[in-house]
Amino acid sequence: MGNKLLTALTDGAVGQELEKAPTGIRGLDEITGGGLPRGRVTLVAGSAGAGKSLLGLEFLVTGARQHGEPGVLVSFEESAAKVTRNVRSLGFDLDQLQEDGLLVMLSFRVEPAEFVATGEFDLEPLFAILDDAIARVGAKRVVLDTIEVLFGAFGDDSIVRSELSRLARWLDERGVTVIVTGERGDKNLTRNGIEEYVTDCVIVLDHRVTDEISTRRLRVVKYRGSVHGTNEYPFLISARGFVVLPITSIALNYAASDERISTGIPRLDHMLGGGLFRGSTLLVSGTAGTGKTSLGAHMVNSACARGERTLLVLFEESPAQFLRNMRSLGLDLQQWTDAGLLRIWAARPSAVGLETHLAILAELIEDETPSVAVLDGIANIGSGVLATEAASLVARKIDLLKSREITTMVTALSPGDETSKETLSSLVDTWLLVRNVEANGERNRLLFVLKSRGTAHSNQVREFVLTSHGVELVDVYVGAAGVLAGSARLAQQATERDADVRQASDLARRLRELRRSVVEREAHLVAVQDELDADRAEIDRIDLREGHQAAATEADRSAMATRRWADAAPSNGGP
Amino acid sequence: MSEPRTANDETSADSGDQWDLCLYVTDHSPKCLRAIDNLRRACEEHLAGHYHIQVVDLLENPRLAAEDQILAVPTVVRRFPSPIRKLVGDLSDNDRLLIGLQLRPPGSTAT
Repeated sequence: MGNKLLTALTDGAVGQELEKAPTGIRGLDEITGGGLPRGRVTLVAGSAGAGKSLLGLEFLVTGARQHGEPGVLVSFEESAAKVTRNVRSLGFDLDQLQEDGLLVMLSFRVEPAEFVATGEFDLEPLFAILDDAIARVGAKRVVLDTIEVLFGAFGDDSIVRSELSRLARWLDERGVTVIVTGERGDKNLTRNGIEEYVTDCVIVLDHRVTDEISTRRLRVVKYRGSVHGTNEYPFLISARGFVVLPITSIALNYAASDERISTGIPRLDHMLGGGLFRGSTLLVSGTAGTGKTSLGAHMVNSACARGERTLLVLFEESPAQFLRNMRSLGLDLQQWTDAGLLRIWAARPSAVGLETHLAILAELIEDETPSVAVLDGIANIGSGVLATEAASLVARKIDLLKSREITTMVTALSPGDETSKETLSSLVDTWLLVRNVEANGERNRLLFVLKSRGTAHSNQVREFVLTSHGVELVDVYVGAAGVLAGSARLAQQATERDADVRQASDLARRLRELRRSVVEREAHLVAVQDELDADRAEIDRIDLREGHQAAATEADRSAMATRRWADAAPSNGGP
Repeated sequence: MSEPRTANDETSADSGDQWDLCLYVTDHSPKCLRAIDNLRRACEEHLAGHYHIQVVDLLENPRLAAEDQILAVPTVVRRFPSPIRKLVGDLSDNDRLLIGLQLRPPGSTAT
C-alpha cells in the first residue's frame, strides 16, 4: 500500500495515465511529472517580466525541435520580429523554425481603448486565424501571450469574457496543448480572472523582492488529474532560457559508493577512515579565520590532481584573490583552471538572490558535470532574518549536489559548534568542526570530526596548522593540564624534551661515578692485595728465622751441658 | 494592401476627398449584416457621394486578420481621412458610430 503510494508519487501520476506534453524545461517537467496536460489549456500567470512569454516559447521550441510537434505563437504584446530578436540570444532561431514549417508566429498589437465599441461583436477572426495557422503547420501546441490585453481594448469586457471562454472550449476540442498567459491580479490569479476558463492546469510565476534581493519562483497551483509538486520552486532566466529547480526531491535514492576519495590532507583522510566516500557531503564549519577555505583548496587540489572535474563556488572572495591566497599555502590552483579541470564561480548570494544562486549552481553543474564540488563560505547559517530561507537554500543545494552524486565539501561560517538545530546536520555525511581556541595570548585552530556516516572515524582532536606548504594536522598535547595547542603545545614539548635531556645526563653522571668508584675500588683492591702479600711474606720470613734460632739454641744448650758434666738427673737441691 | 482581396467594393460618386472605410466581417453573421446596414445608412446620411466602403470577409482570407490587425468583427476602420479610427461592434449605437467616425463632433447628440 505504502509502496503503491510512493510509486504514484514518484511517477507523478495516479490512476489513469494523463498524457503530457513536455515543456523542455527540465525542472518544470519534473514537478509536473512529465509536462503540461496534453490537449488541454494551461494558464501561466505572472506579473510583468516574470517570464511567462519565455516559458511559452520554450514550450513551443521544445515541441517543434524535440517532439515533432509544430506550434503556433500568438503574441498580443510584441511584434513577431521583436520576439524573435529577444530569444535569439537563448539560441532559439524562430526564423528557422518558421522556414522549416514548425512554427507560425502571429502578433497583434492591441492598445487599450483603441476601438470604439458600437454594439455587439465577436472574436471570430481570432478563431479563424488560429484555425488557419494550426492547419498550416499541423500544430500540436499553441501559445497565446497574453490574451488578457484583449480586455479593455474593445470597450465591452463581458463579450471578451464570453468569447475567451468559448475560445478555451474551442481549443480543447482541437486537441492542441495550449499555454495561455495572464497578468497577475490583486485578488485573482489573473487580473481579469481568466483562470475561470482554464481549469486543467495553472502555473503561477512570481518575481518578488525581499530584502532588496529579487527571486523568481514558480508554483503549480493546480493540475487536474495529476500529482504535482506543490512547493514554490525557484527558477532562473539564464543564458539558456528558463531553468526551474525541483529542489526537494521526493525520494531519497542517492547511490552509495564504497570508493573513498582523498580530502587532500593525508592525516585528515586517516581521521576519516581513509577519506570521504565518493558522492558524500562534507561540512566544515567554524568561526571566521579558522582555515576552512584552505581545507577546501586542498580538496580542490587533490581532486584536480586526480584528473576530476571540479567546481569551486566562492561566496566570499574573488577567484583572483582566492588563487593568490592559496598560492601562499603552496597550492597552485591556477594550473587546474588553465587545464580546464577547475571551474571557479564567485558570486555573493546577496548579489543575485538566494534562489537565483541555487539556479545558477544547478546550471553550472549541468554545464561542467563536476565530480567534486567545493562550496566555500556558504551563507552564514543560523543568523539573520533570512535564517530559515538560508538554511533551506543550503539544504536544497546539498540535495542537488547529492542527487548528482557529486562529492561535496561545504564550508560554512557558524558561530556555534555542534549544538546545531540546522537541518544541515542531517544532510551532511561528514561534519568537521574547526574551532579557534584562545589561550596564552594566541589563537589556535583545533579540528574535530563531529560525525562521519559509515566510517570508523577518529575521536581525536587535531591541531590544524597552516604552513607555507599547505595545511597540516598535528597531534595536540593532551595531558593533566588539558588540551594544549600552539605555543603551549610547543612549550610543553620543550619542557618534555628538557626533562628527557636532564634525565639522560643524570644517568650518564651516575654511570661515570660508578665506573670511577669501581676503578678506585679495584685499585684499592690491588693495594690491599699487595699489603697482604707483603704481610704473608713477612710471616714466612719470621717463621723461618724462628726455626733456625730454636735449633741453634738447642744445640747450644746441649753443648753447655756436656761441658758442665751434668748428671743424668739430680734428685733434689741443686749444686 | 496590394494583394487581391475578396471584397465587395461599393463606390459612390467620384470625388477628391473620398472617405475610405473598410468593414471587416466574418461570413454573413447577423451581427455583420447589421453592421453593413448601419454603416451604409450613416454614410448615406452624412457623406452621400463622398465615401467608399470595402467589405472584407476574414473567413475567406483569415491571414488578413493578422495583416490588418483585426481580432473582432464587425470592425470598421476609417483609413481616410486620417487619423485612422477603429470601431468595433454591429454599429447599432448610432451616436457612438457618428462620434467614432467623427461624422459629428463629440458632445453633440442626435435629434
